[in-house]
Parts: sequence; C-alpha cells; structure tokens
Amino acid sequence: MTNGILFLIVLALAAAAYVLARQRSLAAVEGDIKKLHSLPGHHGQTAFLFTAVPALLLMAVWLFVQPMAIDARVSGMIADSDVPQGSSRGLVMADVRRISDGLDTIVALGGMSEETVASMRADISDVRSRLAEVGVALGSNVGNSVFTAAKAYRSMASTGRLGMTAAVLALAVAGLAFGLARVRPEFRARNVSERFVIGLLIGSSLIAILTTIGIVVSLLFETLHFFRLYPASEFFFSTVWNPQFRGGSDLGIWPLLWGTLYVSVIALVVAVPVGLMSAIYLSEYASARMRAWVKPAIEILAGIPTIVYGLFALITVGPILRDYFAQPFGIGSSSSSVMTAGVVMGIMVIPFVSSLSDDIINAVPQSLRDGSLALGATPSETVRQVVFPAALPGIVGAILLAASRAIGETMIVVMGAGAAAKLSLNPFEAMTTVTVKIVSQLTGDTEFASPETLVAFALGLTLFVMTLALNILALYIVRKYREQYE
Amino acid sequence: MTDATVSIPRPARQGSSLFKPDGRVKRRNSAETRFRAYGMTAIVIALMALVWLLYSIFSAGLPAFRQTFVTMPVMLDPAVLDKNGNRDPAELVKVTTVGYSKVLDASFVAAVEAAGIDTGGLTPKDIAGLLSEESAATLRGRVLADPALIGQTIEFTALAGGRIDGYYKGRVTMGSATLDSNVKPEQLMLADALRERGILTQSFNMGFLTMPDASDKRPEAAGLGVAIVGSFYMMIVVLVLSLPIGVAASIYLEEFAPKNRLTDIIEVNIANLAAVPSIVYGILGLAVFINIGGLPQSAPIVGGLVLTLMTLPRIIIPTRAALNAVPPSIRDAALGVGASKLQSVFHHVLPLAMPGILTGMIIGLAQALGETAPLLLIGMVAFVRDFPDALPGGLFDPAAALPVQVYNWTQRGDPGFVERASGAIIVLLAFLLIMNAVAIYLRRKFERRW
Repeated sequence: MTNGILFLIVLALAAAAYVLARQRSLAAVEGDIKKLHSLPGHHGQTAFLFTAVPALLLMAVWLFVQPMAIDARVSGMIADSDVPQGSSRGLVMADVRRISDGLDTIVALGGMSEETVASMRADISDVRSRLAEVGVALGSNVGNSVFTAAKAYRSMASTGRLGMTAAVLALAVAGLAFGLARVRPEFRARNVSERFVIGLLIGSSLIAILTTIGIVVSLLFETLHFFRLYPASEFFFSTVWNPQFRGGSDLGIWPLLWGTLYVSVIALVVAVPVGLMSAIYLSEYASARMRAWVKPAIEILAGIPTIVYGLFALITVGPILRDYFAQPFGIGSSSSSVMTAGVVMGIMVIPFVSSLSDDIINAVPQSLRDGSLALGATPSETVRQVVFPAALPGIVGAILLAASRAIGETMIVVMGAGAAAKLSLNPFEAMTTVTVKIVSQLTGDTEFASPETLVAFALGLTLFVMTLALNILALYIVRKYREQYE
Repeated sequence: MTDATVSIPRPARQGSSLFKPDGRVKRRNSAETRFRAYGMTAIVIALMALVWLLYSIFSAGLPAFRQTFVTMPVMLDPAVLDKNGNRDPAELVKVTTVGYSKVLDASFVAAVEAAGIDTGGLTPKDIAGLLSEESAATLRGRVLADPALIGQTIEFTALAGGRIDGYYKGRVTMGSATLDSNVKPEQLMLADALRERGILTQSFNMGFLTMPDASDKRPEAAGLGVAIVGSFYMMIVVLVLSLPIGVAASIYLEEFAPKNRLTDIIEVNIANLAAVPSIVYGILGLAVFINIGGLPQSAPIVGGLVLTLMTLPRIIIPTRAALNAVPPSIRDAALGVGASKLQSVFHHVLPLAMPGILTGMIIGLAQALGETAPLLLIGMVAFVRDFPDALPGGLFDPAAALPVQVYNWTQRGDPGFVERASGAIIVLLAFLLIMNAVAIYLRRKFERRW
C-alpha cells in the first residue's frame, strides 16, 4: 500500500467519523438540538480531529525515522572487506539501497519469486547482470555481505511499511472509536475541538523555532566534526586557502573573509549614497505623483532574483569593467573581479537602503521640519541638520541590514567574483568569498567524511553568526532610538 | 545691556534686502540646488541601473525565442532503419541515432543538390554539419512513435546547428568562422543560399519552452521543459506546506499568543529567520533532508521543503500584518453574539484578511521561485534530461529548476548557452511578473480600508 493511499484512507476514516459523530449526537437527543451543549457539527469536528491528526502525525514521524533506523542496523552488516579502497560505508549503503530497489523491481516484474531472491547468493548467481536488466547499474561486482545487507534492508523496509500501515490504521480507528464514544449531550465538543485546533496553531508557530534549531544544530554538529579532522586554529588564523583532494589542504578562512568584506564594502559604497539620496529626495522633495512611480520602480530591483544579477555581472558588467577600466590601466585581465561583483551587488542593495531609509525619514515628525523651515533654513539645510540626525540611528540600522544582505549573497559572487582565494588590495582581481566556497565545496559528488567538504559547514556557521550579529545589532539600534519621537 | 546695543550703529550691509540676495544667500541657494541635483542623480542612477539590467538581459535573451530550422523531405530508408522489414518495435529500438543521422544526412545532401546550389567544394559531411546533431534523435523519436512511416518520404523540420543559428543572430560571422574549427565560412555561405530558397528558415522556438536540457555541444537543442516542470512541482510543495502552516502560525501569534517569553522568542526567531542568507537553508536541507532524512538528491520534494522553510517567515510577516489590519470591532461583534474566540477568527477575521494573506503568499512564492543558491547545494545542478513523472510520484524524481538551469548554462563553454541562459531569465521574469501582477490585482480589488 503506498503512502498516498494510506493517507486517503485515513482522511476517509476521518470524514466518516465526522458524519457518524454528528448523527450520533443528534440521535442522542432525538433531534432536539437545544439539549446539546455543542452543535452537532462540533461533535463531528472533534471526532474528525481525533481520527485524522494523531494517525497522520504518526505516519509522518514513522516515515522520517524508519530509514534512519534501518540504515543504522544494516550498515553494521557490511563487512569491512566489502568496502572498497577509497570508498566509504556511506557509498556502499547507497549501493545496498539500489540493490534492494532493483530486487523489488525484479519481483514486481515477475522475473523472480520471493523464494529465489531469498536463496540467491552474490557469490553464486550473477547478481550484477540480473540487476542491470532492470536498469540498476552497479559499478563493481557485489560483495556477499553487501548482498546479504541488501536483502536484510529489503525485508526490514517491507516489514516497516507493513508495521506503519497497521499502526496508522489502528490509531485512526482507535481515534474514531474514542471520538464516537465521547458523544453525549453534555459533552463540551466545541471547547475540546477548539483547544485541539489551538494546539495545532501553536505547533505551526513552533516550526520557526524548529527551523532555527535545525540550522544551528546541523551547522554546529558538522563544524565540530570538521574541527576534529582539521585544527580550529589553522582554520581561524591561517591566511592560505588551498583545498586538495588527496588531503594536506590548507583551509584558512581569512582569504575568503577578506573577499567577502571587500565585495560588501564596494557594494555599500555604491548603494549607500544612491539609496540614501534617492530616499531623501523622494521623501522631502518629490511630488506625490513622482513618488508613486519612482518608489515602486526602485523596489523592482529588490524583486529581481539574484541569479539575474549574477548573469548581468557575468555577461555585461564584468566585460565592460575589464575592457574599459582594468585592461587599459593594466590592473587586471579577468572579467570576474571584486569590482564586478561589488558594483552589481551594490545595485541589488539600493532598494534595501532606500526603502528602509525612506520609512525612517518619513517617521521623523513634521513639526521638526516646520520648526527648522520657520527659522529660515533651506530645505536642504533642514534635511542635513535636522531630519538626517534625527533619522540617523534608523539609517544606520538600514545600512547594517543591507550589509548583512550583501555578506550572505551567493549567486552574484559565484558568477561575478571568481574562485581564486587570495588576499589582495586590487579590486580588479578575481577573489572569492565565503558563500562561493560553500557552493564549490558542497556541489558535485560530496562525501561527508573529508575536511574539504565539512569545511563548508564551518564556513556556513561563520556566515550565519556574522549575518545574525549584524541583524541583531541593526534591530537593537533601530529599537533603541525609535521611541525618541513617539 | 540694551542701552549698549542701541549705541552701536548697525552695520549697514550693502544691498541687504529680501529682494536682492547677497553672497551668503546665493551660496545657500546654490547648495540647495546642488542637493536637489544629487537627489535627482541618485534616482536617475537607480532607474538607469534597472533599465540597463533589463536591457542587457532582454537583448541577450530574446534571440533564444527564435530558432533556425531546416525543412526538407526525408526518405526513411527501410534498408537502414528496419533491416528485416518486419517493423518489430523491439528491433526498431536497436537502431541508434547513428543510423538515423545517416538517413537524415543523405536526405539533406540530396535536398541541397536538388535545390541546385553550388556547395563550393564542401564534402557531404560538411553539408550535413549544418544540421544539429540533435535532429537525428528527434527523427528517431518520431519514427519510433509511428513505425508505419518507415519507407515513406516525410516532410521533416530539423534543427540547424548551433553555429548556423548563431550566424543569423550575429554571434558567428564570416571572420570568426575562419578561426573556428567547428564551422567553415563555406558552410555559412551554403546556409545563406538555403535561406534564399526557403529551405532554411527562422521561426518561433517552441522547443525552448518544452524540450529538456541538451548536452554541452548542442545549445540549439537545449530547452527549459524539465526546469519549468521542476520549478512548478517545487512551487506546489511550497504552496501546500507554507500556506496552512504560515497562516496557522500567524493566527496563533496575532490572535491567541499570550505576551510571554515563548511568544517573544518565536517572534524574534521569525524576524531573524527572514534575514538568514538563503544558502544557509541549502546547508540545512543537505544536512537534514538528504543526509539524515534519506530523501533523494535533485528531487523537487527536497527543493520544495527547503524553499518552504525559507519562505515561511517571509509569509508570516505579511499575514500577521493582514490579520492585524482587521479592526477589533469585527471581533467584538462576533464575540458579542456568542461566537467563541476561534469562531470569531475563522468565520470573520480570516476571510476579511484573506486578500492580504494571498498577496503576501504570492509574493513569497515569487521569491521562492527565483531562489537559486539553496538549490545548488541539494544537487539540483545535476544534468537531467528525463521529465519527472506525474504528481505525486514525480516529486521524488530528479528534476531541474528554472534559476538553477540558468546557472547551469552559464557554466558551459559554447557561447550559444549565454543566449539560452538569458532567454531562460526572460521566462523566469515573465512568471514573476505574472505572479506579482496577480498579487497587485488582488490587493487593489479586495483591499478594504477600514
């Protein structure tokens, strides 16, 4: 039975529970609805929830836990001799899963009976070619313990599926019976079902916390794993980044941090004056009509996906900067450079600076402006000497948020900044950033045992901590000074 | 003190009058003008950047929607395609694209000769080089679908090769062809001659939207079909998961949550999650869904889950704003006639807040649609040519995604892929534009000011 059908059966049971409970409550008072504490619909709703929710929750948890439990037991069955040189237990486990799927296909097609599969031995029958016929291509011949593990995997998986189906259906039926048994005229079905629903609402809002925990735990766990393989002091203090596939890598974070900060600073140098000045113009000078057109137009920049900026850097900005600036002055020859990524990222960040600053400038009370203008200041003097200082904390907050955005940006730097990790001052040279290296270390065939891969988690944690710190600082500044005029 | 001031003669400033500005006023006024000019410049720079960005993408990408095709009669020779002559599908499948390309090339050379074009000493192999290597596979697909065609002469529209296509889009010139080992100037001249006779034509490139990705050497055959399906599947996952969860979380936080520590933590959490770099969600997806959960790589389900986690905080914020905008009098009235708190929310507040919620939801989906970085980490960069199955099973099949397909194409050597990547972005932007337009329409049409 597939999961989809099981899901539908549970829903059908729940629907039946609704109808039955509703009828039962009406029958209990012989149709005189006034004698019921709750409306028949509430009784139905309660029975529905008690039937569907626990069963579906159990199903979700089971589906998530079962593969882990089976993996843990099966991987112990593989003999060390069957793990090839240069491979890992994880890769062999992947083979085990594929062999087991292949056996399923063979049996489903009627090519073999269950008994034949059970008596099949890797060293006697030609498992590999048999599997190749159903589209499971294996790299090498199957070791005996691997094949036994695959058979065990298969039987455990099918037992597990059976167990899950039975348990879920039992729970659904039990919920149905429980719900129906409780239908009595004085039963407070409305209160019960509402408390249940509020429980579900709370559960949904806890997903935010679970996500954070998930992020922190997965990053921390793998980072600690990384630091067991590679000394933390090297990671934090070495100035060389030079990963090698065969070990002996230098994985110092400084060249990456330098590239990240350099690109972000250039981005801010582009974005802050443009964003701030346009925000000031829009809020202090522009007519309502102009504002109505220009503000959304600038905000389009924020709605464009970053991959578009990446392509823009790659095909337009990079070549222009190379041909008209870097090469004529002899300061660089590559179209991907810190400058390319920085300028494009600056364009991307403009709306973050301008929208937030605009809101903050608008929040400065009109009385301050009126006072300044009445004393004879020109509008620009009012802006510079009254409005700007009043809005400064908020503007600083906006700039910090923009900086955090720039530091965490990935696609623009992947496509515009280059991949060479170096510490250089020349902005027309290709450099690399933390996010670029996370992508390059984790894409492709990755194996989760080498420091070269695990370093990505340490980099991710660094990135997470940096952006989080900037955000918290920005929120703190904004909150602390916001109440000044309220 | 007042006496003293009286005794001092006022310095009579020359020409000091409101109607005659002095130097200082002039300076202040010109500073004012300059300041305005700075503001104007900043706005112009921002808008120019937008125009420049769109112009560069559109000028590079629009050619992707036109493609060069060669139309010719093809004699499907049974001697090559079905040696035993029994039209047995099992045997037909054994004839590979090599056999079909023989048939196709022979027909093309014959068509060129029939048109009476002087080929200028090109070998038949060179002439056949005008066609895309992909067209043999297309022909094979057509014959396998309808074996009765074997032995007939059919009208077949083949893709022209990438360089020939590039020639009509200005990417390849006679000059560059002399340096290029993949194409000869004579071939380009032959293409021109074929074009005059209407054998080689350019038309709208439907295949760009429906075909799957193609290999490194065949940009002319690369399409977005699999990527569009993959992105669509992911959006369905995001919608199905994040709409109920996001709305439920918002309702709790806005309507029920007591002011306590837990609520505070949740709120700060959501604010921070909205600002976490998207690539961190990719790492989370890789570690939790793929490594621990055992879900397959490059599957839309994993992409959808990662994007859901990323989108949730971005949906909760506007949803809460929409719920908050419903005036308390509505709730009071509902409670006054005996509704419970939950009924007041579900029967009255939620329907009234729905337009705002949907607007936020669509904008959140649009952001998720354009997100690339987390998908790179969960293996969506893999080369996928097969369409995923129908829902729901297809959620677990490998697929591509629109923005990742763009990234993928930019990493390839052939310059034809730059055009494809830009074209893919136009498709992506078109989807985003539609979604945002729907959001704006909903807001304009249903928004109520209380």
